[in-house]
Parts: sequence; structure tokens; C-alpha cells
Amino acid sequence: MLEALKAVQSQLVTLWTVIQHTFSRADTVEYPEQKPYTPPRYRARIVLTRDPDGEERCVACNLCAAACPVDCIALQKAEDDDGRWYAEWFRINFSRCIVCGLCEEACPTYAIQLTPDFEYCEYNRQNMVYEKEDLLISGPGKYHDYNFYRLAGKSVHGKDKGEAYREERPIDVKSLMP
Amino acid sequence: MNDTWLDILIGNGLVIAILLVVLLSLAAVLIWLERRLLGIWQDRLGPNRVGPLGIGQVLADMIKIFTKEDWIPPFADRAVFILAPTIVVITMLLAFAVVPFAPGIGISDLNIGLLFFLAMSSLAAYSVMLAGYSSNNKYALIGGLRAAAQTVSYEVFMGLALMGVVILAGSFNMREIVQAQAANGWYIVPQFFGFVVFLIAGIAESHRLPFDLPEAEHEIVAGFHTEYSGMKFGLFFIGEYLGVILISAIITTLFFGGWLGPWLPPLVWFCLKTLVFICFFVLLRAAIPRPRYDQLMSFGWKVMLPLALVNLMVTGAVVLVQEG
Amino acid sequence: MTATLFYIAAAVAVISTVLAITRTNAAHALLYLVVSLLSVAVIFYLIGAPLAGALEVIVYAGAIMVLFVFVIMMLNAGRATARQEQQWLSTSAWTLPALLCAVLLAELVYVLQQQDTVYLDAHITPKEVGILLYGPYLLAVELASMLLLAGLVGAYHLGREDPPPDRRQPGTAEQTDA
Repeated sequence: MLEALKAVQSQLVTLWTVIQHTFSRADTVEYPEQKPYTPPRYRARIVLTRDPDGEERCVACNLCAAACPVDCIALQKAEDDDGRWYAEWFRINFSRCIVCGLCEEACPTYAIQLTPDFEYCEYNRQNMVYEKEDLLISGPGKYHDYNFYRLAGKSVHGKDKGEAYREERPIDVKSLMP
Repeated sequence: MNDTWLDILIGNGLVIAILLVVLLSLAAVLIWLERRLLGIWQDRLGPNRVGPLGIGQVLADMIKIFTKEDWIPPFADRAVFILAPTIVVITMLLAFAVVPFAPGIGISDLNIGLLFFLAMSSLAAYSVMLAGYSSNNKYALIGGLRAAAQTVSYEVFMGLALMGVVILAGSFNMREIVQAQAANGWYIVPQFFGFVVFLIAGIAESHRLPFDLPEAEHEIVAGFHTEYSGMKFGLFFIGEYLGVILISAIITTLFFGGWLGPWLPPLVWFCLKTLVFICFFVLLRAAIPRPRYDQLMSFGWKVMLPLALVNLMVTGAVVLVQEG
Repeated sequence: MTATLFYIAAAVAVISTVLAITRTNAAHALLYLVVSLLSVAVIFYLIGAPLAGALEVIVYAGAIMVLFVFVIMMLNAGRATARQEQQWLSTSAWTLPALLCAVLLAELVYVLQQQDTVYLDAHITPKEVGILLYGPYLLAVELASMLLLAGLVGAYHLGREDPPPDRRQPGTAEQTDA
């Protein structure tokens, strides 16, 4: 009997709790009029960044394409006269992309980055395929001072690693010194 | 009495036409109302884009459902498949014939009004069952079976719960029951348990949450209307909302004094009370989760039936003592 | 007016009953039976017994037939059953019973013709039915209720689950453990 009363009371309390929500504010963000705040590290549209010197960061290592779980990244490696790699073309199919951010984590040079811009719908699906010129931005993205070639790099014609203009010597990982 | 059928049809033609329009549009508006209320209680907004407060959603939904492809599966039992959704709407609309909306407003003053309501609500069970059977789909069949067992069981308590009111009022006539309440006070007080049993059985009869096991979408796709689309699905939808309005109107009539009330016109009182119960039905949907099937059945037979019988016995005894 | 309605309802009842017998699809047959019961309910109403009419709809059409449909759905009778029914409904099978029934019907019509047609103008209210049931026919009501009680107890007995075999009995326990 007591249990039955408790069960009835439980249901009534449930009803009362829900009724009280009549006077609580709706949590809905009315999106197109009211833009939600997206933090700077929000994961959405992918960009290719440049280093502070204005050079492309991407070294066409293909790690992002390998990491991508939905295989939406495709690129072709090319070499410049110095033997440095760059992407001849770089293509992201955003209709496949699930904005997981694994490409960003895989990138050794901070070239590929996710930005807070999530509004990239298109009526034509073909327009969701972004080429390199669509992806490349003129800034360094989240890492303003990072320049891959100053810390580690590739020897270019006549100069070993770290000897080129504005390049630091590579860190000797076998020594204990900083 | 015998040759009044045609008179009723002609004399009440206007009332019937108005009622039909009001009920069907109300059923459509309820789609919007329910979604808005659910939104409020779940800290959301609900549909608010089309028209002021989103009321245009009703129109948009109707346009959508009318223009959708009306597909009959090739494996279905065609005739029964088409018949099933009409039954629920027809029976629910017919049941409104005995509801006394206000003094002088109402379609039929049947002296077995309450029994007519019970008869119509029991016939409405066919709609769901036949839909489940004719779809030739295992989920639909399970939904239909559940509906059959559920409605047959809960009909028993529904009828028994109402008999307490009948004993007190001494009549099956809805209008006389309301008039008896004018003299003796609302029956919610002496018939509280009857009201509770009827309310719960009413939810089960109209397949509303939390007792929507025939269409439990988390278990059996969409239950009996899995195969339905377009306006046939729309008829099930309208039938469900008509059921909600009907049960609310009957509760108002039998337990809350129908049109009785101070200051305001009787019809307004009736509509207000009915609206409160419609909102209560939506509240139940927002608040209470669906029980398991065996829980539903054992709750019905082990709790509701004894409660209804004891209520009936006590009411009878009290009336006997008072009269004797 | 009443006579016209009566004949319409009676015709519907007869036709739907015949269809209920001749349909090979069990669900369709049941549906015709429901229609037949409904038209009989209308007849009850027309001859001044609205309570009987309402109870006919509630009890027969609304409850018993629902259980029949329930059983049909459980059996899941498909096309094979319909074909079997078709075979059973051969001309040789139904001719003789139909002839015998026709003879009976003719007799019935003849007997009824002997009496004057009486339309009950009386309108029997539920109260009168109740007073009759609990007055002169009290014994019949009690006998019927005893019969129903016996049916209920019997159904409970048949439907009762056997107690699950106790696995923890001495002797069997070692076998299950091993």
C-alpha cells in the first residue's frame, strides 16, 4: 500500500516538476537571427595557413589525408627548386568532411587548421569541394609565430639545415642541452 | 424517438456543420498547440517560424500532408488498408454527437449517451487493429496486437469507472448528468477514484503517451501506422487528436460539471475546461515515460480493475444508504 | 420512416452475414460479421431497445469481435489459408446445408406471416431493463454470473504459468554445477 502511494506521489512530483518548467527560459538559440558564440578553437571549416613570412606551411606530407577517417582530403606533392615539398593541388570535399579535427592534430607544420566558421552550405554539392586556392588563407591562423622551417627543415641548395636566411639551427635531440 | 433521426439531421444540420468544421480545425490546431506546449515544458520554443507564434505551421503541415505521395504497399490488404484510417475519424466524430456543449447546443440528446460514447470508443479500436493487420508488416502487426489487448482491457475499467457517475446521476443521458451536477456539485468530489480510473483508461484508449504502446516508436518503428503515408497517416493523426478532445470533453461533462460555471457563458466554460484537460494530456506526454507492455497490462488488471470495482461498490452502498 | 430504416438495416445484416460466411479471407469475414452486428444494433435501437443496441455494439462488436480479430492476427493466416478455405467452400459442400437453411427460413417466414406485424412503440429505458434483471430475472442473472465466474476461474487455471523448476534442489545441483 505504501509502495503504491509512493508510486503515485512519484508521478505527481514528476508532473509538478514539468509544470514548473512553464516559467523557465527556453534554451533555444534562434540561429539565423541570433548567432551562437563559437570559441576560437571551435572545429569547423578547414583552412590552409601560411607561416609568418607568408610562405605556405603545408609540406605535402599527406598525414592529414591519411588521418582523415572519411577520406575527404586529397593532395598532390610537388617539389620546388630547393627540394622543399609543397602541395601542387590540395582538395577537401566538405560534403564528406565530418569536422573531427584529426587532420589538424596530424599536421606536423600547423598548416591545416579548423576555424570557427561553420556556415558553408551550398545548393550545388559540387561547390562543397574546395580547391587549394579556396583553402589557403593569407595569415598564420592560431599559431602566429610558428615557422616550421626555422625549427626544423630541409637542406637547400648549397646550405645545410639551419644555415639558410633567418633559419635557426636544428635542435640536436641527442644532447641534453636546451 | 423513432422517427426523429431525419429531424435531427435536418434540424441540427447547422450545428453539425459548425461542429465538424470546429472539431477538424481544432484537431489540426492541436498539432501546433501540442508542439508549442511540449516546447515550453522541455525548455524549447517549438514551431515559431511560420506566422505569428508559429500558428501557420498548421497550414504548412496540412499542405505537406495533402501533397505527400499516398502510397499503398503492394503487400498490403488493400481494402482493409484504406478502410482502417477512416474508422477512427468516423467513430470519434460520431461520439461527439452525444456531448452536451451547452444548454441547447449539442447534436443528439440520446438517453443512452454514455453507452453510445463507450460503443464508439470501443469501435475505434478496430481502426488501429485493422491498420496493423492489413499493413502486412511485423511491426505494424505487433502494434495492432498491442492496441487490441490494450483497448479491450482498458475499456472494461473505462466503463466501470463511469458507472459510479451513472449511479449518482441516475441516468445515462449526458445532459441529465450535467444537470444533476448543477444540483449536487461536481462529481469530481464523490467520484474522485472514478475520475482517476477514467482519466488513465482514457489515455490508454486514445493511445496517447505514456500509453502509446501500439505506436511506440522506440520499439516498433511506428507501430500500426508504419506503412501509412500522406493523408491516410493524416487521418490517424486527426483521429488521435479528436480522441484527445473527446476524452477531455467527456471528463469535463461527467466530472467537472460540463458547462456549469459562474459569470462566463456556458459554452465558454465548457471549452475552457476541455482545453485544460487537453493541456493536461500534453503535460502527461511531456512528463511521464512509457511503461513496458506487461507493466501496462498488469497495472490495468491488478490496480485499475479493483479500484474501479471498489469505487462502484462504495458508490452503490452510499447511494443505497442515503436513499434508504 | 422507421420501417424503411428497419428494412435497410435488416438487408445490411443479412447481406453482411452471408458475406461473412462466404469470404475466404478470415479477417474480411470478421469485418462483415462486425458490420452485421452493427446493423443488428441499429435494429435494436429502431424497435425501441436502445440499451440492447448499445450493449450489442460495446460487448459484441467492441470486445468479442476485437478478440476474434486479435486471434486472427496472432494466427497470421496468409494466402495458403485463403486457398484452403476456397477448396472447402466447394459447391457440393454448401449446397445441402444451404437448402436445409432455406427450408428453415421459409418456415420461419411462414410462421411470422401468421402474426400481425407489431411495431413496438414502447421505449425501453435502461432503468426498466435493470429493474427487470434484478427483479423477476434475478435467478437467471445469478446463474449467468456463476457461469462467467466458472469461465474466469477456468481461464485463469489454464493460463497460469507453471512454477519454474527449482534448480537448487539437492542432487540436481551438483549436476548443473558440474
